[in-house]
Amino acid sequence: MKIKFSQILAHIVLILGVLLMVIPIWLSFASSTHDTVTILKEGMQFGLGDQLTRNYNEVLNEKGGWSEEVTAAKMFINSFIMALGIATLKVIISAMSAYALVYFRFKFAVPIFWLIFITLLVPLEVRIFPSYKIVSDLGLTNSYTGLVLPLVASATATFFFRQFYKTIPDELLESAKLDGANSWRFFIDFLVPLSKTMIAAMFIFMFVYGYSQYLWPLIMTTSEEYWTVVMGMKIIFTESYEGVALPRTAERFAYIILSMIPPVLVVVFLQKWFIKGLIQTEK
Amino acid sequence: MSFLELNKVTKIYPNGTKAVHETSMNVENGEFMVFVGPSGCGKSTLLRMIAGLEDITEGYINLDGILINKVDPSDRDVAMVFQNYALYPHMNVYNNLAYGLKNRGISKEDIEKKVNEAAKLLQISEYLQRKPSMLSGGQRQRVAMGRAIVRNPKIFLFDEPLSNLDAKLRIQMRLEIKKLQQKVGVTSIFVTHDQVEAMTLADRLAVINNGLIEQLGTPIEIYNNPKSMFVAGFIGSPQMNFLEGELINKTLTSEGFEINNVTSDFNGPVILGIRPEHMSQTDKGLINLSVDLVEQLGSDNLIYGEIKNKKDFCFRCPGSQIIKKGSKLSLNINDNNYYVFDKSNGNRVN
Repeated sequence: MKIKFSQILAHIVLILGVLLMVIPIWLSFASSTHDTVTILKEGMQFGLGDQLTRNYNEVLNEKGGWSEEVTAAKMFINSFIMALGIATLKVIISAMSAYALVYFRFKFAVPIFWLIFITLLVPLEVRIFPSYKIVSDLGLTNSYTGLVLPLVASATATFFFRQFYKTIPDELLESAKLDGANSWRFFIDFLVPLSKTMIAAMFIFMFVYGYSQYLWPLIMTTSEEYWTVVMGMKIIFTESYEGVALPRTAERFAYIILSMIPPVLVVVFLQKWFIKGLIQTEK
Repeated sequence: MSFLELNKVTKIYPNGTKAVHETSMNVENGEFMVFVGPSGCGKSTLLRMIAGLEDITEGYINLDGILINKVDPSDRDVAMVFQNYALYPHMNVYNNLAYGLKNRGISKEDIEKKVNEAAKLLQISEYLQRKPSMLSGGQRQRVAMGRAIVRNPKIFLFDEPLSNLDAKLRIQMRLEIKKLQQKVGVTSIFVTHDQVEAMTLADRLAVINNGLIEQLGTPIEIYNNPKSMFVAGFIGSPQMNFLEGELINKTLTSEGFEINNVTSDFNGPVILGIRPEHMSQTDKGLINLSVDLVEQLGSDNLIYGEIKNKKDFCFRCPGSQIIKKGSKLSLNINDNNYYVFDKSNGNRVN
């Protein structure tokens, strides 16, 4: 069997890409198995150390924060709830609004769509003060609702769903109508199953988006009970040494590794749907 | 009162295009009606108005004694087979057939019984668990039919369902549709632009042009007695020959020959129509044809040639007759089987 040069080249590029992705993760993991002193003295570690159990135990069980009440596990749960809420609601709301835009031929559907689309130019960071004002007036600071609600509208997902629905032939709707499906049934029985790979993709993107939110939870929460992973990364595992706050680097690495697990799980779980959708061409 | 009544049905689109003009017709119970016409003539629009997929601008439609103008498509109890079948891609064949029944709140056992019956009738029982993407064109066609049959609707509507199939399968499915309709006995309306399909399937035929029914009748009536030049040219294959001429005092002069005693009082410029199959060779005939091209179909030969100023004049003779390119033929019209149309408006005058 002759191997082509272009194939070898492609593989080299791919392998380089993989290394680029994997090496930082490995570095973090390897470093998380040493103690802080080693890391501070010698920098990040390539080889495995002997502190794995101790560091991870510490991270999972130690209470941190100003009041020493919040644990890393609690922050993982908070982030998970926030990301799950954002992703689920974003997908549902976008799919439904795209459905309205495409199938209910009301006046000004196109201008309304562009109005939604323009909000892409106004991310949360730009409107963070008015958003905070609204949420706090509603009394939703320090609550999961407050964490999730201002982030549930999504122009991107609405756009993708709209484009997808537009590719579905009109005959399908007409045929479903003659078969006695009302608009709700058509959405549930046709659009949702037909766009399930799309839903999975959107869910992954939006989950990761929600999981990595930093600024909004930082402003929103005063109670440590609602702290999220990304916030915690900066705050916990600090040690006071002669009046100077020093980071406990080894534990932080362990924390980083742990914090990667939920989004990775979501991707791994939903990937099945992805691949399924790729293999069965259903159109 | 007829089963399906269309009374002065008109469709005007919001942009002002008039797709269907005051069309009236009756379809009897169990009848197979075919709408035939060139593309864009309004035949599909008419069908879609009966289905309820298009609003009716003016006029009214009665189905089984009920005015259905404002009735929702799902409540009209009609079933439609679409050109691209519109099968539900994410459901297997069984669910494709069962979906309409489920929405009507029929019990699971009854659905299973009905689906299995329909599947047996259409010979798709083995494919019930497959997705539409795993079926061939003919099988998909059958599933689409099954979806219509299983609901036992008042009327079947077919919107050019055979145009996506290859020639051989089209003829086979045509036959099957006709047989099935006779077996099930449901009133059917079939839209097509293919005149052979129209002729073979129809109990009655409506030839539609520019949103108007040009002629309504049994296929053989329309073939033998076209009322206008459009119908004459549309029905029949190969197409009728049209020759320019002049009719004065019952004598028609055209392209170097004369026909006497034409049964018409019309005087003026006319178009003479002669079907290729309505001529035969004689020693001293009316028409002298110099042969340019011979198409041998086996059973028949199609001879194309020139007579005086008219090119591509077609004559059909049995396949056993050997005719060479360049030869001269002398032809007579059999049994006065010719048609005379007013040149100004295309209406039949003899």
